Amino acid sequence: MTLLDFLREYLGMTGTNAGCRTGDCGACTVLLDGKSVNSCLVLACECDGKAVLTIEGLSAGGRLHPLQEAFMDEGAVQCGFCTPGMIMRGVEFLRGNPDPSPAEARVAIEGNICRCTGYENIVKAVLAAARKMKGGGVA
Amino acid sequence: MSGFACVGRKVHKIDAFDKVTGRAVYGHDLRIPGMLHGRILRSAHAHARIAEIDARPALGVPGVHAVITAADAKTGNIGFLQDHPVLKGDRVRSFRDEVAAVAASSEEAAEEACSRIIVKYEPLPAVFDPFEAMAPGAPQLHDSAPANIIKFGYDFNEGDADKALESSAFTAEGTFRTHYVTHCCMETCFALAVFGRGGSLTFHSSTQIPYLMQNTLSRVTGVPAWKIRIRQPVIGGAFGSKLDVYPYEIIAILLAQRTGRPVKITYTREEEFRCTPTRQPMVIRMSAGCDREGKLTARKAEAVLDNGAYTSWGITTPHIMLTGISSLYKVPNVSFKAFSVYTNNAYASAFRGYGNPQGTFANEQLIDELALKAGIDPVEFRLRNANTPGSVTPQRFRITTCGLSECIRKAAERIGFGGPKAANEGVGIACMFHVGGGGRVYKSDGCGVIAKLDDFGRLSLMTGATEIGTGSDTAMAMIGAECLGLPLDAVSVINDDTDVGPWDVGIHASRMTFIGGNAVIMACEDIKDQLREHAAPMIGSDPKNLEFRDSKIIDCMNPDRNIEISRVVRAVHFREKGRMIVGKGFYDPPNEFQGKDFRGNVSSTYAFAAHAVRVRVDPSTGKIAVLKFVAAHDVGRAINPLGLEGQVHGAIAQGLGFALSEQLVYDKGRLLNDNFTDYKMLLARDMPAEIEIHFIETDDPEGPFGAKGVSEAGIIPIPAAVANAVADAVGIRIRTLPMTPENVHSALKAAGKAT
Repeated sequence: MTLLDFLREYLGMTGTNAGCRTGDCGACTVLLDGKSVNSCLVLACECDGKAVLTIEGLSAGGRLHPLQEAFMDEGAVQCGFCTPGMIMRGVEFLRGNPDPSPAEARVAIEGNICRCTGYENIVKAVLAAARKMKGGGVA
Repeated sequence: MSGFACVGRKVHKIDAFDKVTGRAVYGHDLRIPGMLHGRILRSAHAHARIAEIDARPALGVPGVHAVITAADAKTGNIGFLQDHPVLKGDRVRSFRDEVAAVAASSEEAAEEACSRIIVKYEPLPAVFDPFEAMAPGAPQLHDSAPANIIKFGYDFNEGDADKALESSAFTAEGTFRTHYVTHCCMETCFALAVFGRGGSLTFHSSTQIPYLMQNTLSRVTGVPAWKIRIRQPVIGGAFGSKLDVYPYEIIAILLAQRTGRPVKITYTREEEFRCTPTRQPMVIRMSAGCDREGKLTARKAEAVLDNGAYTSWGITTPHIMLTGISSLYKVPNVSFKAFSVYTNNAYASAFRGYGNPQGTFANEQLIDELALKAGIDPVEFRLRNANTPGSVTPQRFRITTCGLSECIRKAAERIGFGGPKAANEGVGIACMFHVGGGGRVYKSDGCGVIAKLDDFGRLSLMTGATEIGTGSDTAMAMIGAECLGLPLDAVSVINDDTDVGPWDVGIHASRMTFIGGNAVIMACEDIKDQLREHAAPMIGSDPKNLEFRDSKIIDCMNPDRNIEISRVVRAVHFREKGRMIVGKGFYDPPNEFQGKDFRGNVSSTYAFAAHAVRVRVDPSTGKIAVLKFVAAHDVGRAINPLGLEGQVHGAIAQGLGFALSEQLVYDKGRLLNDNFTDYKMLLARDMPAEIEIHFIETDDPEGPFGAKGVSEAGIIPIPAAVANAVADAVGIRIRTLPMTPENVHSALKAAGKAT
């Protein structure tokens, strides 16, 4: 059983979406011990003892992550199917690169396909979140 | 932007919170107790007679509840011409064809059961090219279509295009070919059928046409339409793909009927590529002429469409292709013919722009060629011919507001037309004309809204208007908030249930914000009339003087006299002979259904745009790099500027994909690239580094707060703009899509320009 199916079918955590189940689209991206993975390509049993962070856990405690705020602020959401995976990838990226250039942000999300937005407002959201996190000291 | 509390402001989409937190419930997320999973067995041949189907081995798989074939599933046909059997009994005509289906307790069991069904085929000769399909001796796919030519075509004539072309000072002509691309919705298709009380059917679907779907499901399955309720979860993309009813949806219903259990079918990504319809591919032969001053004299176009094996909306895409050919710029003489030919290929449906991107690819390249021949700058040439307010086009479209000239000037200026260029660099411009005030492509173009105000000042908009990601819900909520002076957070849109929402014809033709928005205004005006009547005696004012802002009803002559809206509602509820505050709005725009002559004002206003691109062509590889992109759109008014921007950005990504890289590759009807690795959509890093979007606000008198529809517009001019830029860069005309490095390099080589 894949981590994706474990999350969706067993835990009922449907925030993580299945776009292709072949690792091509990035819709199912989650963080495994802090690293972004396509959860469709990871077996659930490989995650034993590891920390899995999904979109549901990102705003634990009721406070939205700056990336979630920025996606709303910048109009980065249309149909929304790619959004959770895109945000999780963004979280990992900004941890490693808190002050990215637009070009770096584009490359960072190239493994996450979006059919609606043309990526422009997503890139803006990643950069806006970076600014906010630097200012507010949010990790 | 002036004087509005909500309209025109940057807001959070009303569905954004659920979508950024993973709370949004898509079709994929739906589960019902007892639910079974359906799978479909498809044809192993492009064209074959089915000699025998032995489904018994499938029943031996643990967990299997039912197996159905055409023999035990009697239904009507589907499709625009009803030429498409749901399950194919005696013959398959393409690889996507449904032969049998299984319902089982798990996806895996259903899959395993499908693999055990034994089908004996007798292969038939197949044909994969529309011109070969018309040739003598070609296999005939349907009895109704000798030589595979479908008896449904387009023939439009205004003036005398042939004569005008003969006497034109300059003419240009060419044959243009457009290819197979597909929608690639990020959420794959699903259908969930649940039978209940008295044989009633609740059908969960991401359809764009909930009310038309009730009718089709009824006609095909025999379930009375009044027993069918459509529920729509959050929809993970549509782009026109969900404007028709498809076999898998009927199959889910048949399996649910057979098993007495809820049945859900969810496509894999491979199925999504292989089995959902495509954009309509076309071969367009077109010519155009102008006089010595560069005034257009005539356009003549003939299009042949590869229909594939069955007929969906693809066959009607010439309808909208014609609108651009007849009505982009002023042209007095127009001749247009189009027809479709059956082949054993995939079939096409609606896709953003609906034939207009294909037609504009030809149309706007010929404009550049005419300008070159006439010795007129291509920007100036377009300005000389641009549509103007108050004009009537050959199809009798009445142009009211029109910002085309401003769009052209803005796009040309911002891309640097006439400015310096590096080697192998070029700039190109292309414009577009599209419906912007609904589109009466059905007899109805209406949408209903029931607006309810509760005790606490919360406004619920109940409507049939479907949200597919474009942001129409947010625009409608913003309009409701604006009308009643409420905060946006106090407005909800309930549009997931045909039992609740009043009629809407569907989300197509860029109509939802325009039509739905006007319906919201009407419903809110109804509510305001009621509130004025109740509030006036409460604050001692004349109802005529009452205004709505800051959640209050305020006497504009004496602002001290004011009252909370919620207080008025409570007062109306909590009294003897109480009333409720519910408003109704049904907006059906003042546009016309065209007759067989293809004349009539099909939209109550029209959208215009100009796109300009700067490209660099690598003569050694043929690769086109898009350096800068400028889009200028006449949007009437920006209700939600962020959402509008997103519509154009998304269209640029889809349009550049259509122009440069996306292509379904078939080998004798079999799809070779059924995944995102081999089907090349633009990724984030492939987008032009510099994109500018400009909105020209023409404040349309028929639009809600002046707005026009815009969601399709952005994709329409893109392939033509890129092709014009390539011609400017390296002097070659690309008339066949897509402009992949390979195709461009071949063209460069043929012209002796490759390095």
